[in-house]
Amino acid sequence: MKTETEKQKIQQAFKERMDEDELLNCMRCGFCLPSCPTYIVSGQKESQSPRGRIALMKAVYDGKIEPDEEFEQSLNLCLGCRACEPVCPSGVKYGYLLEEARDILHQHKNYSFPVQALRRTVFKHLFTKKSNLINVTSLVGFYQKSGLQNAARKIGFLNLFPRHLQDMEKILPNMPKKKAMSKHQEYFPSYGKKKATAAFFSGCLMDTMFLETNQATIQLLQKAGCDIYIPDKQVCCGALHGHSGEKELAKELAKQNIEVFEQLDVDYIVTNAGGCGAFLMEYGHMFDDDPEWRERSQEFAAKIKDFSAVLVELEFHKDHDLELPEQIVTYQDSCHLRNVMKSANAPRELIRSIQGVAFKEMENAESCCGSAGIYNLVQPETSMKILDQKMDHMKKTQATTIVTANPGCLMQMQLGIQREGLKNVKAVHIADLLLKAIQS
Amino acid sequence: MDQNVRNLLINIVGEENFQDSEIERLVYSYDATPNFQSMPDAVISPRNTQEVSKILTLCHEYKIPVVPRGSGTNLSAGACPLEGGVVLLFKHMNKILEIDEENLTVTCQPGVITLDLIRAVEQKGLFYPPDPSSLKISTIGGNLNENSGGLRGLKYGVTRDYVLGLEVVLPNGEILRTGGKLAKDVAGYDLTRLFVGSEGTLGVITEATLKLLPLPEAKKTMLALYQDLEAAARSVSKIIASKIIPATLEFLDQPTLKVVEEYAQIGLPTDVKAVLLIEQDGTAENVDQDIELMAKICKSEQAVSVKIAQSEEEANALRTARRAALSALARLAPTTILEDATVPRSEIAKMVKAINEIAEKYQVTICTFGHAGDGNLHPTCTTDIRNREEMERVEKAFAEIFAKAIELGGTITGEHGVGAMKAPYLEWKLGEAGIKVMKSIKNAIDPNNIMNPGKLFAKDTKKRVVIAK
Repeated sequence: MKTETEKQKIQQAFKERMDEDELLNCMRCGFCLPSCPTYIVSGQKESQSPRGRIALMKAVYDGKIEPDEEFEQSLNLCLGCRACEPVCPSGVKYGYLLEEARDILHQHKNYSFPVQALRRTVFKHLFTKKSNLINVTSLVGFYQKSGLQNAARKIGFLNLFPRHLQDMEKILPNMPKKKAMSKHQEYFPSYGKKKATAAFFSGCLMDTMFLETNQATIQLLQKAGCDIYIPDKQVCCGALHGHSGEKELAKELAKQNIEVFEQLDVDYIVTNAGGCGAFLMEYGHMFDDDPEWRERSQEFAAKIKDFSAVLVELEFHKDHDLELPEQIVTYQDSCHLRNVMKSANAPRELIRSIQGVAFKEMENAESCCGSAGIYNLVQPETSMKILDQKMDHMKKTQATTIVTANPGCLMQMQLGIQREGLKNVKAVHIADLLLKAIQS
Repeated sequence: MDQNVRNLLINIVGEENFQDSEIERLVYSYDATPNFQSMPDAVISPRNTQEVSKILTLCHEYKIPVVPRGSGTNLSAGACPLEGGVVLLFKHMNKILEIDEENLTVTCQPGVITLDLIRAVEQKGLFYPPDPSSLKISTIGGNLNENSGGLRGLKYGVTRDYVLGLEVVLPNGEILRTGGKLAKDVAGYDLTRLFVGSEGTLGVITEATLKLLPLPEAKKTMLALYQDLEAAARSVSKIIASKIIPATLEFLDQPTLKVVEEYAQIGLPTDVKAVLLIEQDGTAENVDQDIELMAKICKSEQAVSVKIAQSEEEANALRTARRAALSALARLAPTTILEDATVPRSEIAKMVKAINEIAEKYQVTICTFGHAGDGNLHPTCTTDIRNREEMERVEKAFAEIFAKAIELGGTITGEHGVGAMKAPYLEWKLGEAGIKVMKSIKNAIDPNNIMNPGKLFAKDTKKRVVIAK
C-alpha cells in the first residue's frame, strides 16, 4: 500500500512533470477505443483504454484522484503498443504521456529488496553491457545443449513454474555459440553495385539470441547494394528501460549510441526490430530540455529505418528473384514498426513479391500480439487472452507461416503456436524468410 | 453510496458488474464535451432487461440518479453524471438479436456498436443509413437517445426515421414495449418517437427494432473545391433547388481541411478556402447522371475544380477524413467547443456568413464544417479553457450564433442533443409553452427525477441575445 505522503509526492511530481497541454490535447472523442487491445480484451473497460488512462493521468495531475495501486495497475496494464496514436485525429502523443507517468511512479516506488536487485541486474547490467548478455545467453545455450533441458523437462522441474513460463521455456530459440556472439566483423561491403551506405544497429537480443537473423539481415542489405558498418561500441537502445520507468538510464544509453553513430557518414541507420527502431527514432523527445542533445538526437533519429523499408527503397525485391515452396503466409505487424516507425507496407510488399507465397492478411494483424516487451512476463493473464484471440484470427487464414518483424513478436507467435499445438505452423522473422527465398 | 443500497445493487448484477472504486468512477465522469466532469457514485453493467428493471425500481425508491451511457462520445454533456448516482453500461447487452429479411428490420440491444450493426446488415444486402461521425465507437443505444444524425442525413434522415419499436424500462421499473415490425401503426400516442431523442431522461432503452432499406446498387463520391466560402454554400442551396438530393453533402472550410489533412494525409487540398464532399447513391445510371449535374452546378458557382473519387478506397478515405474533423481540430488549441446550430437548407449561405461575422466581432477563432446539405453546421471554436476572458467571448459568440439560427427559422441543435450544455438555450427554441409541455411529460413519467437529472431543463434560461440589425 502506498502511504499518504508517497501519494502526495507522486501527485506533486505529476504536477511538475506531466505536459498539461498534451493532457488537454485529448478531447475525449473516444476514436482510440476500438484500436486498444486492452480495452477490447477487458470487455470495454474505460479504465483500460487510452482515453481512460489519459483522464486518470489528468485527474492525478489536477489532484482530483489519488495515485493509488489501482491507478498504477491501469497504467501497468497498458501494452504500450501505441495503436491509439495513428488513429487519434488530435494527434495526442500518448506514448510520451505514458512513459513520463510510468517514470514518475517508478521513481516513487519502494520495490522489495529482491525486485530491486532483479531490476538492477536486468536494467543496469544485463541490458547495458553486451558481455553480460552474451554470458546469460551462453548459459541458456548450455542449458539447452548439455542435456540439462531434457533432464529438467523429464523430472517435471518445470511444472513448478506457471504455465506461461513453462510454455516460454519450450519456445526459446537454440542459442548461438558464445564465440559467434562475441566476435564481430565491423564492415561488410555490398555485393554488386553499391547503392547506399548503411550503419547497422544490431540490438541486444537480436545480436545474441537471434544472431542468425542479424546475419541474414546483413546479407540481404549487402545484396540490396549496401555497404554496411556495424560499430562495435553501440549499446542497447534503451527501450526496455524507457518503457519500464528507467528514463535516466535510457538517456545514458541514447547518448552513447548517438556518439557512436554520428561518427559515421551513412545514408541509413538500419534496424531489424521494430521495438528498438521506434525507440531510436524517438530519442529526440528525451532531450526536449537539452538543446545540444536534442539536435544531435534528431539528426540521428532522421536516419533510422527498418531494413524492410530500406530493401523496398533500394528495390531489392525487384532486382532479385525470390521464391519459396507453395504456402500460405500471413504477417503480424510489429506495433512499434507500424505505429511509430509508420511502416506497414514494406514488409507486406516484400512478402508478396516472393513467388510461391500466397499472402493472406489476418484480421486485426495491426493489433498487438500481447508480447509488448516484457508484458507477457509481468501481465501474463491479459497477454495470454490477447494471444488467444490473435491465434484465432491466425488460424482462419490457414497460413503455415507467420512472419514477424520484431523478436518479441516472434517469440510470442511461437508461444501461440505451442499453446495451440499447431504442428504444421511456424513463425519466422522476415529477414530469415527473405534469405531463404533468395537462396532457393 | 449508502451501504444498504450498495449491497442491494450488487445483489442484482453481481460483484463483477458493480464498480465504485475511485478510478472506476473517474473514467465515467466525462464524455466528449469539454468542461463537464462529475463523479458518479457507482458504475453498473446490467446483463438483461430484468436487471435494468430491478435497478430502476431500487433507484426510484431511493431517489438515486441513473445515467445510461453508451461509449461516451456525447457532445452536449448528456452522458456526464452531473448529480452523481449510478452510470449504467451496456457492455453485456450488445447483441444483434435478429435481422428479419422478410420485414426488413433488425432487432438489437442498446450496446451494439453502430458500425457493427451497419456491417452486419450490409452483409445481407440491407442498409441502415444513420451514420454519425462516431459510428465506429458509438452505440445504437446512444444514437437512439440522442436521435443522432450523420453524413447521410439529408437524403435518408436521422435515427428517428428508422425506429419501429422499442423496449423501454420506465423509471419505476415497469417494462414498456412500443411499436413493432410495422410499417403502419397509429395506436395511440407515438411513444416510440417520444423516447427517441429523450437523452436518457425518460427511461432506459433495452431493445430496439429498426427499419432497414435495400442496399443501393451504386455509389459515387466527389470533391468540389472553392476559393470562396459563400460560393460553396450557394452551391449547396442550388443543388437542392435543382431537385437533386445527394446522399451526402458536406462542407469543410480551410482551417478544418488543414488539420484533417495533417491527420489523415490523403492529399486533401489545403490551398482552397472550402470544399464540398458530395456523394450520391442509387442505380448506376441515376448516380452518374446526378454526379454529372452536380459537378456542373458546382462549376457554375465558381468551384475551382471538381474531382471524382476513382475507387471505393479513395471515397472511403474522404469520408473517414471528414468524420475526424472535430477531433482533428483539437490539434489547433487545448480546447475545442463545437455547436450544431441548424437552419433550413435555403439559409445555409446566410448562416455561414453570419458565423464568420460573429467570429470577427468577438475576436474568436471559429472553424466551420458540417452537413451543409441538411442545414446542419458545426461551427467549432478553438480556444483554451484556462483563458477565462476568452471563454466569456466564446460563450457570447455561440449565444449569438444560436440566436441567428433561430432567427433564420433554425434550431439550437440539429443532432448532438441539448444535454447540459445547451439546456440554458432550450427555451429560446421552444418558448415557455414548449418547456411547460416537456416538463409535464418528464414529471408524469419520472416523478422522482432520477433519469439523467440536470439535462434538457436548465435552472435558469439564458437571457435572449438581441441581434443588432
